[in-house]
This record gives sequence, structure tokens and C-alpha cells, in this order.
Amino acid sequence: MQSPEMLASAIRLAVPIIITAVGAIYAERSGVVNIGLEGMMIVGSFSGAAVAFFLGPYAGMLAAILAGALFALIHAVASVHFRVDQIVSGVAINILAYGVVRFSAISIFKAATTSPHVNSLPRLSLPGLSEAAWLRPLVHNVSPLVLLAFALIPLTAWVMNRTVFGLRLRSVGEHPLAAETLGVNVYLMKYCGVVISGALAGLSGAYLSIEHNGMYVEGMTQGLGFIALAAMIFGNWMPLGAMWAGLLFGFAQAMSLRVVTQAVPYQFVRMIPYVLTILILAIWTRRARPPAAVGLPYERGEAT
Amino acid sequence: MGVSEAVLRVDGVTKRFPGVVANDDVSFDVRPGEIHAVVGENGAGKSTLMKIITGLYPPDKGEIFLRGLPAAFRSPRQAIAAGIGMVHQHFMLVQNFTVAENVILGAEPARRGLIDLREAARQVAELCRRFGLKVDPLARVEDISVGEQQRVEILKVLYRGADLIILDEPTAVLVPQEVSELFEHLLTLKEQGKTVVFISHKLDEVLRVSDRITVLRRGRVVGTVRTGGVTRQRLAEMMVGRPVLFDLRRSANPPGDPVLALEGVTASLGGREVLRDLSLVVRSGEVYGVAGVEGNGQTELAEAIMGLRPVDSGEIRLRGENITNLPTGEVRQRGVAYIPEDRHRRGLALPMTVWENAILGTHRSSEFASRGRLDLRRAFRATEESVLRFDVRLTSILAPVQTLSGGNQQKLILAREFRGQPAFILAAQPTRGLDIGATEFVRQQLLSARDSGAAVLLISADLEEILSVSDRIGVIYNGHIQAEFSQDEADPRTLGAYMTGARTRERKGAAGR
Repeated sequence: MQSPEMLASAIRLAVPIIITAVGAIYAERSGVVNIGLEGMMIVGSFSGAAVAFFLGPYAGMLAAILAGALFALIHAVASVHFRVDQIVSGVAINILAYGVVRFSAISIFKAATTSPHVNSLPRLSLPGLSEAAWLRPLVHNVSPLVLLAFALIPLTAWVMNRTVFGLRLRSVGEHPLAAETLGVNVYLMKYCGVVISGALAGLSGAYLSIEHNGMYVEGMTQGLGFIALAAMIFGNWMPLGAMWAGLLFGFAQAMSLRVVTQAVPYQFVRMIPYVLTILILAIWTRRARPPAAVGLPYERGEAT
Repeated sequence: MGVSEAVLRVDGVTKRFPGVVANDDVSFDVRPGEIHAVVGENGAGKSTLMKIITGLYPPDKGEIFLRGLPAAFRSPRQAIAAGIGMVHQHFMLVQNFTVAENVILGAEPARRGLIDLREAARQVAELCRRFGLKVDPLARVEDISVGEQQRVEILKVLYRGADLIILDEPTAVLVPQEVSELFEHLLTLKEQGKTVVFISHKLDEVLRVSDRITVLRRGRVVGTVRTGGVTRQRLAEMMVGRPVLFDLRRSANPPGDPVLALEGVTASLGGREVLRDLSLVVRSGEVYGVAGVEGNGQTELAEAIMGLRPVDSGEIRLRGENITNLPTGEVRQRGVAYIPEDRHRRGLALPMTVWENAILGTHRSSEFASRGRLDLRRAFRATEESVLRFDVRLTSILAPVQTLSGGNQQKLILAREFRGQPAFILAAQPTRGLDIGATEFVRQQLLSARDSGAAVLLISADLEEILSVSDRIGVIYNGHIQAEFSQDEADPRTLGAYMTGARTRERKGAAGR
């Protein structure tokens, strides 16, 4: 029976989706669609690996967070300040990220598509439970980021519902004009939301390269940024929902990697997560309740 | 300058925009503890003036004094801090927040960034109690009525300590019962020492509740009068600048054959029934008014008739022929004119020119097209005739229709729809957002179409309009016609009771059924 193995693999694959999806919640709740998450993950995965190679995994994580945040800042300046269409700006970020990373890889490592091997963060194990054979894959040699990903769920719910920051962030995504007339700094909140989403996407990219793979490989994000966006929608813009959706997609990924059968060409098996994403979105979106003003550019002083 | 007895004094304020003088040397004062009404037609400069007072625009000339001191606010936030609160016509509420969250937003009781929710609820409940505003602090705004939402807006300004409260067209969205409640609230505010500025163009209401009235016309102050010393007729003349016709002519002719009949029409939206077993009959030579609180199926009723929304069951007949679920184009070809409630989305293609909009929908007819080619000369001529007949003010029929004022856009729609003598006219909110002059014109056109034999279905949220134009009135509630009245047995209170669902299921004077 390999089911705990499978579950552990599903969780490992769900972690980047969950972290990025939680990030997406911050952006969308402030009213900004961040389709550039994929690009921010790419930037995070490379800068994380590159800095980890020279300065160790902790510095790598930090660098990835900063790089993701920087790219998010570009998205924020374009879509919040200059009111560029958020989708267009996000797509531009994705293209830019791909180019910047390839260029950097060549200039630093003289190789366009990979980095050298890097060390990961120290693994965690639960001493007592590791003895039980079938639990072992779940609690032995776990990346600390796995714990962090799950800790982000209650933390984000708390920030959104109990803090002044969360209330203002949500108000800006629902009715920016109302927020502005009450003295909330709409632009600042949107910048915060977008930059947090980029920082988390960067971290999630670093998880892929430093923790999951041990090196940067071009194309390693495999559209996870988009899947994370879908997970956030399926999770109805709530952290807990995003977690379940992330686990579901993680499970689909784990399955697509493990199912070995002669009956179906493996290309079709590999499609499972992506087909699942489309199906779920097609079925779910009718019932979803997005923030009322998501995707709409806001001009200061529209107040009437 | 000595101690002024005015809370707010506006002194010679002038504001120009390219091409218009919105406020021209406007002066008036508001005394402490009074309810001061500011009335005027659309475009008279009321909202510009309020924007200047609350710091959204700087005036070009003139000054604002608050309690005798010059007050030049540069943002609404500064105005709030100085004790001026504004309740906007379109509510500024976050729909999925609770009442308390909406009230405290931007000024949250908090410790180290953490909201003290209990304290917030307590403060809101305390304000409700003190000012007699009934609303549950923990209810979600999307679940409460429009009247309650307005109370939340008032709570917002009270929470911020405003002692001068400006309400912009506060009754526009309310049913009669809610209007009475609002007025009681205003009187309570006054008793508690607050000062109220009440902006409106509904003269009856202004006369009911205010102490003094300032009338604006074309950016100028016509005068400030004591409410006790002025009649409605006189106020209307001050506003419009000429005598106004209030009682529109009623039809002398008895109504003829049924033109439009709905029988048991049911339609749904996302699994929810928005029209439930709806039946009504409109006959030639009569105006059938549909009264109701917005969101009770009026929009869907119009869409169902026009074939814009599928009907699940029931039948719609036009002059005996079944037109249920016919495509919109075919419905129109059978002699149906449609004045949609949202003229910007459905009535006009805004960036397109006046002449294009004027023939839209008939552009395929042999009148304007042959073998796929438009006959521009005919189109231009027809447009010019329409523009002349309906007195549409414009610079050129080649200009985009969005350069026209709201009233002129609506006149253009009327001109288009009334060409070719429609047998049935569906008018949804035809005077929404129009000033008195344009409103009068639109109503006159509906009535003269009726007099020449058309059947008119008038859907309006404005009860006054329903009462003054309709020959028969049906009240829609929850997608169903709850009751029908002939024009002379309908009064606002009874209609209001049915509109809010307080009374249900009764058919009175359903003549012709």
C-alpha cells in the first residue's frame, strides 16, 4: 500500500499552490487580479536558487521573497497607479519574468536552463510518530515550508477578519469609493495586497527550486501560478477554501506523476491537473463570489 | 467679522467648468439646528455646490465659513474632521460587510492593529439608540432593506461626530413608508442639536420636512424662503423659471381592446424565480403603471416581454398573437416600442453618432437599406425630422450620442421608438435622472401616444410618476402583481403597503379582466 507515500507527495506538490493561492487572496481581496503570479514564481524559483547557491538556503528564501515582491511592485505601479488593464499587465509580467530569468541564468551560471545543485533548509521530523511505518512519509524529513504553508491559512484568515489592515484591504476590493470617502488610502492598500501576493509567490517559487528540486530548472513552475489562481477561485477567496483546493490540485499532480498504465498514453495522464483546473473553474465559477470591485481600475478622486 | 449665527455660510461661491458656470455667485447660510433644503433641477448646481462644501472641488471664487471661521477643505476627510458629514444619493456601503464594519471602516476602534469588534458593536448600538435609528449592527448590509442601508449611511457620519449632515436626494430610493421614517429620523437629529442640509427636487417632501428652502436655478440662488411662507406652485416656478403643469391630462376616451396580455408568466434567474405567475393586461388607449420597490421583478418583466429573458411558463400575447420567447427583433417588428431602463447600456450605443442611434433597430428596413447598403441621405433626413419633432438639443447629428445631455439622449430614444406608430409602448423608468423639464416632456409624449390609441406599460420606481400618468396601476412585489387599482382609487399609502409586502394578494378594480 503506497497511499501515505502518495499523500505525502500530494502535500509536497500542494505546498507551492497553497502558498501562491494565499498570496492571490491578498491581491484579489484588494481588488487587483494578479495573473502575473506565474512569473513571480519563476523569478522566485531562480533568484532563490541562485542566492542559495552562494549564500545558503535562508538567504535564498529571502531573495526569492524580495524578487517576487519587486515584480509585484511593477504590476502594482502599472495596474494601480497607471490603471493598465490588470490582465495585460499580469501577462506582461509573466513574459518579462521568463526573459529576465533566462538572461540572468546565462550571465550567472553560463547555462540558460538550470542552476547548479543547492542545499535545502534543514528538514523537520516528528520523532515519536516517525516510528509508525505508514505515517513516516508524512512526518519524517519534512520541509519547514510545508508547515509554513499550513500556518499561513489561519494567519491569513485572522488578518482578513480581525485586523484593521484586513478590514481596509477587503473594503478596497469591494467598494473602493466608499473606502476612500472614509479616509482609507485605497492605493496604499492595493499596493500592499499586490506586493504581499508577489512575495508569497516568490517564496513558493523558492520552495520549488530550493526545497522540492534542489536546483532551478527552466519551466519548473509548470503553470502552477495559474493553478494557484484557480485554487483561490475554487476556494471562494477564503484561505481555508484555497487550502482544500490546493490539496486537491496537489493530489491531481501527484496522481499524474504516479499513475503508470499502458492503457492510456502518459501524455494524457499528465494532463489530469490541468483538465481538472478547467473543469472545476467551468463548474464552480457560477457560484463563486468574487470581491465586488476586483479587476476594476480605481481612479482617485472619483468620489461624487 | 462678528460672531455669525450661521453654522455654515456660503459666500459668493463661483465654480466654472469648461463651457458652463456650475455655481454663479452662490450665497446662503444654514442656521444651527435647522433642516435646510436646497432644491433645484438637475444641472442647477446643487451637487457641485455640495462638492465644494465638502472639499471635493475648490471654488474659483468665494468662501465657505463654518461656525464663522473660513473653511477651505481640500478633501472630504478634512470636511469630516471639521464635523461635516455627507450622505450620498448612491450609498457607499460595502455589501458583504456588517453594519458595524461599514460604520467603523477608516476609524476603527482598535488596539495595536487588532479591531475591537465588541467595542465597535457597542458604539454602533449606542448611536442607534440615541438617534432612534433601528438597525442591527451585526447584520450584513446586503441582507437589509434600502431604508436600513440609508440609516447605516447616517450612522457613518454620526459615528465620525458630524454635526452638520448633508443628505443628497435621500428619498430617491425609498418607498413612502421609508420616507416618513427618514423624516422622523431627521427631526430626531434636529432635536439632538444636529443641523441638516437636505438636497432634493421633490417639492412635496421639501415642504413637509424643512424649515427653510434655498432654490437654485442654473447655478444661481433664486432665493431662500421660509417653508411656511411658500406654496408648491411658487417653488416650482422658482425652480424652473416658468409655471409648471402638475396635473397631466387624463384620457377622455375609454380604453379599447387588449393589446398586450401576460398570463401566468414565470421566469427565473440563476435558479431563483424572479417572475412568479405574473398576469396583466394593457389595452389600447390606456397607461398601465407598474409600481414597486426596485428589484421586485420590474427589470425582468420588461426583459421577458422584449424576449431578452427566457420565459419558463405562461404566455405573452400581443394583439392575440403569442409572442412568448420570440427574438427581440421580431417582437419589435410587430409594433413594440421599448424605452429601456438603462439607456446607456441598452438604449443607445454611446460612442456611435446621433444618426446611427436614431435608426438603430430599423436600419435593416427598406426605409433605410437596400441590398445591404444604407441610404445615408434618408437616414440623415429621418434623424433630422426626429430631432426637430422631439426637440433634441444637439450640435450635430454626426456627433457621438454620449455628448448629449441625459434628457436629450432620452428624447432621442423616444424619437426612435415612436416613429412608425407603435401599438404597444414599454417604458421602463423613462424619466430616471431627468430634470423637471425633460420629465414633463417624456410624460407628455407617453400620454399623447396613449391618446392616439397606443397601449402603454409604464414601469417606474417613482410612485409620483405612476400616480400622475397611469390609468390603471398594478403593484409588483416579489415578481408577482399583488394588486391592481384604477387611477382614482390608488393612493400612496395603500400602494406602499403592497409594495413592501405588508399587504398581499388582493385584486381590486381589475377592470377588464
